[in-house]
Amino acid sequence: MSYATGLRCRKCGQEYPLQPIKVCDFCLSPVEVNYDYKGMAGVLSHRKIAEGPSTMWRYRDLLPIEGSGQIDLGTGFTPLVKADNLGRELGLDELYIKNDCLNPTYSFKDRAVSVAVTKAREFGFDTIACASTGNLAASVAAHAAKANMKAYVFVPASVEPGKLVGVAIYKPNLVTVEGSYDDVNRLCAEVAQRYNWGFININLRPYYAEGSKTLGFEAAEQLGWRPPDCVVAPAASGLLFTRIWKGLQELSTLKLIGPVNTHMYLTQASGSSPIVHAFEAGSLHVHPVTPKTIVTSIAIGNPADGYYSLMVARQSGGGAASATDEEAIEGMKLLAQTEGIFAEAAGGVVIAGLKKLAAAGAIKRDQLTVAFITGAGPRTQEIVSDVVKTHHIKPNLEAFNKVLGLQD
Amino acid sequence: MAKRQVMFTFPRKLIKEPIIYELSHKFKVVTNIRRADVSEDRGWVALELEGDDKEIDSGVKWVKDKGVRVDPVVGDIVEG
Repeated sequence: MSYATGLRCRKCGQEYPLQPIKVCDFCLSPVEVNYDYKGMAGVLSHRKIAEGPSTMWRYRDLLPIEGSGQIDLGTGFTPLVKADNLGRELGLDELYIKNDCLNPTYSFKDRAVSVAVTKAREFGFDTIACASTGNLAASVAAHAAKANMKAYVFVPASVEPGKLVGVAIYKPNLVTVEGSYDDVNRLCAEVAQRYNWGFININLRPYYAEGSKTLGFEAAEQLGWRPPDCVVAPAASGLLFTRIWKGLQELSTLKLIGPVNTHMYLTQASGSSPIVHAFEAGSLHVHPVTPKTIVTSIAIGNPADGYYSLMVARQSGGGAASATDEEAIEGMKLLAQTEGIFAEAAGGVVIAGLKKLAAAGAIKRDQLTVAFITGAGPRTQEIVSDVVKTHHIKPNLEAFNKVLGLQD
Repeated sequence: MAKRQVMFTFPRKLIKEPIIYELSHKFKVVTNIRRADVSEDRGWVALELEGDDKEIDSGVKWVKDKGVRVDPVVGDIVEG
């Protein structure tokens, strides 16, 4: 039994039973899961959570899952590491990296997909689907394999076939769609309406969103049950950013941590930064843009949770920062060369954003700051291929000594 | 009859044009506005379109050709 009581529209408050639903029927706004926090508070404790598995499913009571058969690849409870080397570079004494590259399919998407696919099976779907250029596609295909479910993954035909190996290995039905990203969006919206499937980020979206809360839970637990002073995280649809915040708020409601005074900072690639634009302009509306960036994993021009991300950044006394493609690549290199973590370009955006926020004094030296690195670098490693610089030598010691500048 | 939930984003130059009115007169499409925010320089409207698929497709194409951005109301579906 779960403590989820139903779904509620985030805009007009209209309530719905727990069912597959994409938006509020009345105002077409996103809906989210509601819980019985009072009932939850009666059973949850630090000890009970600590006795759970070393995965995201240690927080099962805080997720909208009814049965015990979750679809779990071993996701979550990824390392939170103190980043002293990077902190020295940026002038931050209390910097931590939440390394979510270390999930089964190498990104945070496994958290959200694990909950969504588990819920899909509860609802009786035999097929799940998504549209993605990389991380989400791999995660959905892997979870479908584990759950013995059919999977359809829609991919823009412009994505290079080599990038699909990490998806195709799980043998989903891979559908490459001709046309622009807009065409793929439109087709998927129609497919979701036509077929009785669990479409991960359409009719399963309220449940998909809940999985991302576990990032906030873990960071707080790994800090010794306290909220960070500052969070820096990437924003694509804005779902992850808003759910880290929701996770911290829930822990506080349940008195598992103290009051949350965390300043939430979101980062986006300059070529796809509608939320940063709105924040800087003081606007209440996130106007869609057409993405133009190499940071494809967070290139979303029309973010579903854009407005709510904007609200979280404002209400928490946080902010927003963007990074150019060049700054993102420098950020990737800086993270790898100071902390030994090879992140995807979105991680480079986070580090570049963090650097700007620290330099501007928005994030202070002594503030306990967690930077969320949400995907691993190898899937798109060609964007940093310029790092390969070798010492080419003949196979003898003399040649090697010459390279080292040593005498025999 | 199909239904499609979309968001129109209007640039400044189109704010004063009765595009939604014209859409429902030029095409056999019922327009049902659910949420909107229009200011002097920009505006957006979340609405449901109802009609035959082909009529909705033609109507949406006409709206796009006028210079209005049309997105699914659920936001971008293609993710990284």
